[in-house]
Amino acid sequence: MLSLTLNGQRHCLNDLPAATTALSLLRGHLGACGTKEGCASGDCGACTIAIGTRNDRGELHYHSANACILPAHQLHGCHVLTVEGLARKESLHPVQQAMIEHHGSQCGFCTSGIVMSLFCLDNERRRLGMNGPPDDDTIDAALGGNLCRCTGYRAIRDAARAMHTLPRPTMDEPDDLPPASGAITNGFHHPESRHALIEILTQHPRARLIAGGTDLMLEHTLALKPLPELIDLSGVAELAHIDEQADGWWIGAGVTYHRLAPLLADHYPAFHALLERLGSLQIRHRATLAGNIANASPIGDTPPILMALGARLRLDGAQGMRELPIDDFFTGYRSTALNEGEYLDAVYLPRLQDREQLLAWKISKRRDDDISAVMLALRISMGEEGQLNDVRVACGGMAATPKRARHVEAALEGQVLNDETLDNACRALAEDFSPIDDVRASRDYRLAAVAGLLARARHRLTSRHDAIPMTLEEI
Amino acid sequence: MRKLIQHGSSSTVPASGKVPGHDSAIGHVTGRAAYIDDLPGPAGMRHLAVGLSPHASARILHMDLSEVRCQPGVIDVITAADIPGHNEVGAVYPGDPLLAEDEVRYAGQMVFAVVADTLFNARCAVTHARIDYELQTPALDPVASIEAGLTVLPQHMHERPLPAPALDRGAAMSEDTQTSGHVDQALQAAPHVLEGEQCIGGQEHFYLEGQIAQAERLDDDGLRVLTSSQHPSEVQKLVAEVLGIPLHGIVAEVRRMGGGFGGKESQAAALGAMAALAAHRNGCAIRFRLPRADDMQATGKRHPFHNRYRVGFDDSGRLMGADITLIGNCGHSPDLSEGVVDRAMFHADNAYYLGHARVTGHRAMTHTASNTAFRGFGGPQGMMPIEGAMDDIARTLGLDPLDVRKRNLYDAERCETHYGQQIDQPLIGELIETLEASSDYRARRREITAFNAKSPVIRKGLALTPVKFGISFTARHLNQAGALLMIYTDGSVLVNHGGTEMGQGLHTKVCQVVARELGIAYHRVRISATRTDKVPNTSPTAASSGADLNAMAARNAAITLRERLMDFAAQWQTLPRERLTLEEDGLTAGEARIEWSELIQQAYLARVPLSAIGFYATPEIHYDRQTGRGRPFYYYAWGAAVSEVHVDTLTGEYRVARVDILHDVGESLNPAIDRGQIEGGFIQGMGWLTTEELKWDDQGHLLTTGPATYKIPACGDAPRDFRVALLEGHPNSQATIYRSKAVGEPPLMLAISVWSALRDAVASLADDRSSPRLDTPATPERVLMACEAVRKARLHNAPRPQEETAHVLSAK
Repeated sequence: MLSLTLNGQRHCLNDLPAATTALSLLRGHLGACGTKEGCASGDCGACTIAIGTRNDRGELHYHSANACILPAHQLHGCHVLTVEGLARKESLHPVQQAMIEHHGSQCGFCTSGIVMSLFCLDNERRRLGMNGPPDDDTIDAALGGNLCRCTGYRAIRDAARAMHTLPRPTMDEPDDLPPASGAITNGFHHPESRHALIEILTQHPRARLIAGGTDLMLEHTLALKPLPELIDLSGVAELAHIDEQADGWWIGAGVTYHRLAPLLADHYPAFHALLERLGSLQIRHRATLAGNIANASPIGDTPPILMALGARLRLDGAQGMRELPIDDFFTGYRSTALNEGEYLDAVYLPRLQDREQLLAWKISKRRDDDISAVMLALRISMGEEGQLNDVRVACGGMAATPKRARHVEAALEGQVLNDETLDNACRALAEDFSPIDDVRASRDYRLAAVAGLLARARHRLTSRHDAIPMTLEEI
Repeated sequence: MRKLIQHGSSSTVPASGKVPGHDSAIGHVTGRAAYIDDLPGPAGMRHLAVGLSPHASARILHMDLSEVRCQPGVIDVITAADIPGHNEVGAVYPGDPLLAEDEVRYAGQMVFAVVADTLFNARCAVTHARIDYELQTPALDPVASIEAGLTVLPQHMHERPLPAPALDRGAAMSEDTQTSGHVDQALQAAPHVLEGEQCIGGQEHFYLEGQIAQAERLDDDGLRVLTSSQHPSEVQKLVAEVLGIPLHGIVAEVRRMGGGFGGKESQAAALGAMAALAAHRNGCAIRFRLPRADDMQATGKRHPFHNRYRVGFDDSGRLMGADITLIGNCGHSPDLSEGVVDRAMFHADNAYYLGHARVTGHRAMTHTASNTAFRGFGGPQGMMPIEGAMDDIARTLGLDPLDVRKRNLYDAERCETHYGQQIDQPLIGELIETLEASSDYRARRREITAFNAKSPVIRKGLALTPVKFGISFTARHLNQAGALLMIYTDGSVLVNHGGTEMGQGLHTKVCQVVARELGIAYHRVRISATRTDKVPNTSPTAASSGADLNAMAARNAAITLRERLMDFAAQWQTLPRERLTLEEDGLTAGEARIEWSELIQQAYLARVPLSAIGFYATPEIHYDRQTGRGRPFYYYAWGAAVSEVHVDTLTGEYRVARVDILHDVGESLNPAIDRGQIEGGFIQGMGWLTTEELKWDDQGHLLTTGPATYKIPACGDAPRDFRVALLEGHPNSQATIYRSKAVGEPPLMLAISVWSALRDAVASLADDRSSPRLDTPATPERVLMACEAVRKARLHNAPRPQEETAHVLSAK
């Protein structure tokens, strides 16, 4: 049985198939049709809802998510708010009021999703005692996963800046529900411990593992696969941890990007900058680093960075735990070193040493919420004389798997970054990679763009910090 | 006597000075505004899904749908053979079967339909079809199609005869005329001639609400069709034809659309017809919603164009002649392509006097979805060559492109278009002067030139481009509208008109007009769903004409009622008829005042009819397609934009940093709504020219079938510095509704400034003396490749590097 609170009202449902989406739960079973389907793939944000959970201090806070690719069973025990739940009788929520006053809706179809994204932003800022208007970066990040085809966004940005000036409504504090019980519901398994997880995996070797589900669920919504058995990693206690070690961190497979972000901001600014362009906020609230690795996409954003960092993976299963370098994990297009009955348990991020630097850039057609055409990640240790040591370079979008650029590494290793070194590295690219033309980019562009990124790396590593901007961010 | 509703005596006029927002704004933000898929279906409603052709060009040899029939939940399977009437849903010309019969003509064409208990079951069942096809080689290259004579309609040409005559413009233009010596003479006489070529990509509408229709049988054997369509009368007509029943048996209804942008002008009809057919056969209500990937494959898009231009000009950059060829890729059938390519031709001049001109339009057939209306309707594609040419001329002569543009603008003397229409209000010169100053164009140009000289990687680009857009349907008969106005005994007013609401705020504007004519508070006026049984034979809500036509029809209805009420009041209270006015929720005659509600109740009791129809037909317009001459447009809307872009020349990535817009809407009906149209149109145009890339494989399969691969602008793409102003003090010279101007489409083309600014930034790599080819959409990939081409040309040490497609043919 699935129990949740929707807009303050408790619902219990039986017989929901494992792959039922939150959107079809809302629209089909609960008759709450304010939440829209625009794409069924988590790309447009028309289905954005707010999911309320309690933090360690018992405060209820809400995060936005795409209902269209969210497994309904993951809402067990949650407080779900949708656009229908914000107004108190005739009194609109400040977000709604601001959207009206600033003419933020035209056709209205994306509006409920935009209202929910702004609600989450407003709620979080009020919770943290932030009184002023959000800045442009914050607004763009909050709305990066909400497409509007009518307004051109200016009016919506104005609404986002104005909403804090309106009085805060009294939001009802809903009664808490019992947490996910570990029960099996129609093929949706909620293990709560590593032990239970391994047991279920052993019993159901065909079942699919799901954490954020932001990729897996597309098999259901777009390719119409039934996905009858799903094992949810998001409730496994041991996988929810970030475990700090002397020289790095173990990131549990249940840790979402959103929870990982502060660590990256502190220790890997280049990784953090990239994270802000990975999916949308709705996606980052649910998706995990481990999921991005385990689904073995050639264009996953994080594997090239993890390869450049020299990350290690911990796999677990009935046969016991084992570790392997991420380089050895991808065995071919969408295939991995995971054996049947094994799962990816945690990812180890080595701490950067004193002279080490990590650089990483992604190129895509659109800046926000797009899949990379190419990715370049590079970790070096800068010697006293400016020579590059311990060079590790990896690319995404350049081969059937994320891949180290061994020839480029060799061309850079021990060298000072000058014209000649750069030329050699760019020439080596063609030895490392023979990319293909596809929907995101041509072969020629992939090669040229990565060469451009190598040149950018050179500017970054050797610039004298004069006033001339070398990237768009520096203007 | 039955009791009438009681009314308060005080009038309730809302605070003045505040323009009303969208009539559904509260519904939008609370989720209460329902779209078709949100409605609780009638009892027993079923869902429909369609099987799409996997091939672009093939004969259907054998269809085995037996497995489909036995899938869970399946109730009915429908093929072309099951259609009782015509298997045809073409908007203007035949060529669009509802379901494929013997052949398929594009990948994504609807071949059969399945009705099941749920949409998921219907979609799953579709995958069990076994259809044998005999594959044929698809035609996918529009230029090759033209060379091979594959067109959906004949070519068409506009030509200005020499010497330019005043009014008698004989048969200087016809479909068959290939050449006239005049343009060629002008080009020969010009001190400079250059030519260029450009591929302009199409555009997916990406309305957030996908195509949808719902049909149910009525108890008298009629059908009610709820449709997300810009053209309910056409849905009504095509449903009737497919079913073989008269029009009065069908009611098509539209409350609101979740976006249209032209994509629901003709393309929505197939869904209505399909749902109606299934409802007719099965006796139950049917909902037919296309999932996003099906929608993107099955329905047409903005026409991609292949354009060529040859322009002659003097040393100052002034045009002497232009020969422009526009090849529209129409897809597999005519659909609306006649009008789309016509409009591209009408806009080949944009805001410039071309001199001696020849404009030729071709309608190429390819085995792709039939391309259709999209905001601008060919106009944007038609403007691209001359805007490209302006930049090319400037770089050839070493001038600022703005100066070249200004020298060629229409003005009081040079005001006849290449199709013979006189421009009576050429506002563009003054508008550009104002914008040039307010945007600080010259100082920023100097700063950018200085910045670029010192910046090895990041380059900035700046461009100011104008827009002139002709307002009216070029198909004359569509320029008509009707409205029905009803006053109820409590004084509330209900309006119905032929226009549809897709987010553009049309209903709000119509309510404003009715309230103003009757002198009553805005909130007393309400609009109901557009229904073909209230106002018949309506035109599509398209061509930016929604408010021009429908608000005028509603106004005429309001005037009829107002006059009737005044006649009644004058008689009833023996007041001087000529001194009566309706204002502030009441009738006044000097000191005397009758509250609106009282007036209406008394009028009712006196048996004054309280409903009226209004009608409007745009005056003065005419166009002769045979001669290519006439006055196709009632008036023109003007605008201009300055865009500044920053380009990373190592990767091709860029940002649009600042945009200034000054746009002409005449006397604005609603400045907030108009500003929303301008900003939204601009960003949509920017998407068309930058990130929105449609890709097909070499067999004609669309590869970009969802938002994961097809990238419309996101919030972060909109310029953070976005300054939009309405041109003040220039009411429409024509007697439009309160001297306003249409605003739906024209702003889209302001985004050409972004493309032009990108070229400007790239050209800086060759000291602004090379004019880089930049096909659209100008993705980071195309921008980087243009950078590389310019750098390569420069490396080869040409003193004046010329990119291959912007040749200077002669420089005397």
